[in-house]
Amino acid sequence: MKAIVGKKLGMTQTFEESGRCVGLTVVEATPGVVVRVNSGEGGDSAGAIQVGFFETDPLKLNRPDAGQFKNLPGKKAGYKVLREFRVADAGQYKVGQEITVEQFAAGDLVDVQGRSIGKGWAGTIKRHNFARGPMTHGSKNKREPGSIGMSATPSRVHKGKRMAGQMGNKTATVQRLAVYKVDPEKNLIFIIGGVPGSRNGVVTIKETVKPRRAEA
Amino acid sequence: MNTIELFERAHEKPEMPQFGAGDTVRVHVKIKEGEKTRVQVFEGVVLGIRNRGHRGSFRVRKVSYGVGVERIFPFYSPNVEKVEVVSHGRVRRAKIYYLRKRRGKAARIREKRMQ
Repeated sequence: MKAIVGKKLGMTQTFEESGRCVGLTVVEATPGVVVRVNSGEGGDSAGAIQVGFFETDPLKLNRPDAGQFKNLPGKKAGYKVLREFRVADAGQYKVGQEITVEQFAAGDLVDVQGRSIGKGWAGTIKRHNFARGPMTHGSKNKREPGSIGMSATPSRVHKGKRMAGQMGNKTATVQRLAVYKVDPEKNLIFIIGGVPGSRNGVVTIKETVKPRRAEA
Repeated sequence: MNTIELFERAHEKPEMPQFGAGDTVRVHVKIKEGEKTRVQVFEGVVLGIRNRGHRGSFRVRKVSYGVGVERIFPFYSPNVEKVEVVSHGRVRRAKIYYLRKRRGKAARIREKRMQ
């Protein structure tokens, strides 16, 4: 299982040989460190590793978080983000081992998870693409949702009725994005297409769960 | 300089003459037909330049058999082989979109005197 956590730097573009223009998201993923290999005993999820990303001073973390990194070999370090990944071969990983961008190569298909940009409490027009009413001619139905159901039968609103509410600022995943290029020196991954979240947002890049059929 | 700028600067800057809105240019475009590629010339008036560094482009308009045709060419596109400036036009704004509403005599642009 290939996986890494990085910081979205922003987007740019480049041209393919054919002259087609492709939009690229640039993600900086400094090496992460295996913090723990799960044993699978006592309620521990087996076949998983815990990896820390974004090195920082352990004094900047709270005690419970800093304690997770106490047993790391070498220098004292803390990590801002701790993630658990399911792996088929947990036995192959050792505590202290580095997880780098080099596991990915150009052409790999990946799923990218991030926290989408928050739009706040949004109405139905923005949130669910409802149509707007007329803005003039005495209209009192400018941005209203309209009817939300029937009358005495059923005397209630259907579950899942699309209404106004919080939009964005929730975890979103984009599946099957292609890796354009990997720069191991600068710890960069170039991904074709957009990725959830703002600039400087934390994104998790994983091998896709939907590979091409021939590869599966 | 940030990482994205560095990546963009790594692209080779294509050689381009100086031109701006109102100038008439001949853009040599590579066109792929099946296996073969050939070069077609698109000649028209530059409506404006979109300055975005590596992502910049320019817009060219011509009237072809009575129909207005506009094309947008990215400066860094490998399909743009060459740009020739035919003449420099004297216009007072950076984007001359008003040209779209004009036909015939009204769509003329005065030539700029260059030293």
